[in-house]
Amino acid sequence: MSFINDLQKVLKQNIREYGMFIALFVIWAVFAVLTDGIFISSRNISNLLNQTGYIAVLGIGMTLIIVIRHIDLSVGFLAGFLGAVAAIAMAFWGWPVYLVIPVVLLIGLLLGFIPGFLVAQMGIPAFVATLAGFLVYRGAILVVTEETGTIIIANDVFNAIGNGFIPDIPVNFMPEVHKLTLLLGIIAIVLFVVGELNGRRTKQAYNFEVLPMNIFILKLAFTALLIGGMTWVLAGYNGLSWTVVVVLLVMGIYYFVSTKTVLGRHIYAVGGNPEAAELSGVNVKKITYVVFGQMGMLAALSGMLFASRLQSATTTAGTLFELDAIAAAFVGGVSAAGGVGKVTGALIGALVMASLTSGMNLMGIGISYQYMVRGAVLAAAVIFDVATRSRR
Amino acid sequence: MNDTPLLEMKNITKEFPGVKALDNVSFRVAAGEIHCLVGENGAGKSTLMKILSGVYPHGEYSGDILFGGELQSFGGIRDSENTGIGIIYQELALIPEMTVYENIFIGHEIKNGMMVDWNETIRQASEMLKKVKLNVNPAVKVKELGVGKQQLVEIAKALSKDVRLLILDEPTSALNEDDVANLFDLLRDLKVQGVTCVMITHKLKEIMEIADSVTVLRDGRTICTLNARNGEVSENVLIKHMVGREIDNIYPKREHKRSEEITFEVKDWCAYDPARERDILKNANFYVKKGEIVGFSGLMGSGRTELALSIFGNPERYHLQGEMFVYGEKMQFHHPEEAINAGVAYVSEDRKRNGLILIQDVKQNVTLANLREIAQRGVVDDNAEIKIANEYKDSLNIKTPTIEQKVLNLSGGNQQKVSLAKWLFVKPNILILDEPTRGIDVGAKYEIYTIMNRLVEQGMSIIMISSELPEILGMSDRVYIVSAGEITGELPIEEATQEKIMHLATKN
Ligand SMILES: Nc1ncnc2c1ncn2[C@@H]1O[C@H](COP(=O)(O)OP(=O)(O)OP(=O)(O)O)[C@@H](O)[C@H]1O
Ligand SMILES: [Mg+2]
Repeated sequence: MSFINDLQKVLKQNIREYGMFIALFVIWAVFAVLTDGIFISSRNISNLLNQTGYIAVLGIGMTLIIVIRHIDLSVGFLAGFLGAVAAIAMAFWGWPVYLVIPVVLLIGLLLGFIPGFLVAQMGIPAFVATLAGFLVYRGAILVVTEETGTIIIANDVFNAIGNGFIPDIPVNFMPEVHKLTLLLGIIAIVLFVVGELNGRRTKQAYNFEVLPMNIFILKLAFTALLIGGMTWVLAGYNGLSWTVVVVLLVMGIYYFVSTKTVLGRHIYAVGGNPEAAELSGVNVKKITYVVFGQMGMLAALSGMLFASRLQSATTTAGTLFELDAIAAAFVGGVSAAGGVGKVTGALIGALVMASLTSGMNLMGIGISYQYMVRGAVLAAAVIFDVATRSRR
Repeated sequence: MNDTPLLEMKNITKEFPGVKALDNVSFRVAAGEIHCLVGENGAGKSTLMKILSGVYPHGEYSGDILFGGELQSFGGIRDSENTGIGIIYQELALIPEMTVYENIFIGHEIKNGMMVDWNETIRQASEMLKKVKLNVNPAVKVKELGVGKQQLVEIAKALSKDVRLLILDEPTSALNEDDVANLFDLLRDLKVQGVTCVMITHKLKEIMEIADSVTVLRDGRTICTLNARNGEVSENVLIKHMVGREIDNIYPKREHKRSEEITFEVKDWCAYDPARERDILKNANFYVKKGEIVGFSGLMGSGRTELALSIFGNPERYHLQGEMFVYGEKMQFHHPEEAINAGVAYVSEDRKRNGLILIQDVKQNVTLANLREIAQRGVVDDNAEIKIANEYKDSLNIKTPTIEQKVLNLSGGNQQKVSLAKWLFVKPNILILDEPTRGIDVGAKYEIYTIMNRLVEQGMSIIMISSELPEILGMSDRVYIVSAGEITGELPIEEATQEKIMHLATKN
């Protein structure tokens, strides 16, 4: 009985953290039933993850933007625009792909500094500054695609980012599963369990509060099952896609920077209380630049992931990406009041948003209703944020 | 005094995760008295009052509340207000951009049908203001008033709701002596009119002055209730009950050593505040020597905080003129970061707004201003951080279950200690303390003074801004007096007296 009590208590205390997992689980279960299991087939899950990629990277960047109490509405069309730039560079100027990618990322970074400047230096509200960017980039996409319309990308390396899978280990063993994916999955589980155990031991050594043992084991088992299940499903299809590799890489870097580095601490301090951070020697302007800059860079990455996935740059690329990114961040537990929110949450949030799109597409629901549902989910995520905040 | 008390709280127990804030506390207040509630930081005073006012509703604590002889179970602040209990919190809850009359009637507007009846509101507001003897136009915005007057507006607001019991949580911590005297006159008046009063304070002198009875809390338990009218209460008795031991001299002794090395100097310092469109500092000249504590005395709002901020590096807030020397080298800080790098630290007077990141935990706050010291190539060493934070928790005696507790959940005085710890960890050469002991209990004050003494012994220079004259006189080697943005005098401690300082402080 005490186990149930403990579980209730833990869930209640960490509802912000676990809420998104519950949301994801419910959505998957509902779609699995409504689509007679097609939704959770290997093929669909693999597709779903690839569709999540370009929203996930935006969501990760958006999390940091919202953590420092701002917003960026321009990222959708910025992504679309930079995807088009990448396509033009390859298709018309014949630039090699290994040059295009870093150059476009750099352009994204520099363009990100513009709202950074407007917000930090001029004191313009981010909402207004980035709304202006939204319009400007919308126009910019139309300008660069005016003559050609959709630009087809013929570069195989570039297109593999959005459509390709990692190679398998060339051995004649279990031919129907992707062995490298399976191996990576197992390594991930082991690393996760060892990391959690170590973390728990350190915490106990310092007498910090830790989860009760049985619930800790439950959490480990649940997560291991999740990673394991996911790996198994993917290994049964084509294996890990390059998109997922890119997202996990970005995720890893952002997780490290936001939790382990001085820069990360400063970002969260600015979000928690800008005046106090400033007086503690944190350069709030610099942080604002950095955070908007990285957002621009991730918009570039998102734009390229999307272009690569479609193997082309279209005139409407990037439409409403910013909405999904903001929703992903909020579903992922970021707080509109600033200073709270993990980048890892944005990944789950992005999965929620992509799952909605994918599931509704499978069910043949029209785009008009899809918009309404996505809007409702965004509202629900923010209501959840406010409700769980005032409970404390 | 009659026999059934106005208020009786019986066997109140309240737990937070990891902390038992109140443990079987009993508290009785007779009708028509002024009852002081005292105790160390984190003893549970604010928590007890929050239970009484319904902030923590019935069900979140155990025990009984009897008010006017009836058992009460408040579901929220509304309920307690309707029963006749008004509370004024440690931090004022007025809306600065609104007028005085709007603030007084916010939440219980006077209506005429669907519309707010502004004329009636203003009329009644003026009446309330008369009651609290505040002579201001009810149509001015609250932000135009000083803290003392704002406090009176808060009381007017409480009175407008027909309170029988008025609770004041550390009302005097931000008031100057005149305002305190004013406030106390008002409380005595209210007493005559039948309003009972519970006041939390850390200033023992005030208790001696105004209390009819005193209840002492320690570690979440009631230690005793004393009658303050029959001579059984003295400062020493209170200290002993609060701290559990005797402290004979609140200001620990230190030799006034005279080093000749000037560590910090400011010449012809002028500051203009474009936001308020006026000069806030005029031709300030002062210096600090190595191992010296220099007190800055003056009335609230005399410009001492602005002086500190203008030094510490807020290039955008003020237009500055004049020269500044750190260890003889001419410098100008463009950002607090540069000041910190030059070895200057500033402990803000407003810990909630300028000092702490409330939603972060104790350790993150302690290390924030000096993360570089515990980081290698930009990566923070978690173990080093825990070690440092624990060291400061122990040396400053910060009361918290663990250093992973959010600062939000600490008591006011313990928050102040965290703020201080943050700046001590910067290991500055020149430490500017702005009201360093505001809201801190006697025991902790003594600890902080001891630490200050140790720091100057090690060669640090301390600039201490304080509105408490005894503190200025007890701790400083030299005193500057500031009045309306000007330094009106400098006194070595041997010559400084309360009268001389007050005279200089009111010169402008
Ligand atoms: N919301 C909360 N969550 C967890 N602990 C809390 C919370 N509020 C108060 N506490 C703890 O309860 C204890 C009592 O706090 P309280 O604020 O009542 O102290 P206090 O007597 O008012 O102190 P001070 O003089 O410093 O204002 C402290 O140890 C504090 O850390
Ligand atoms: Mg308190």
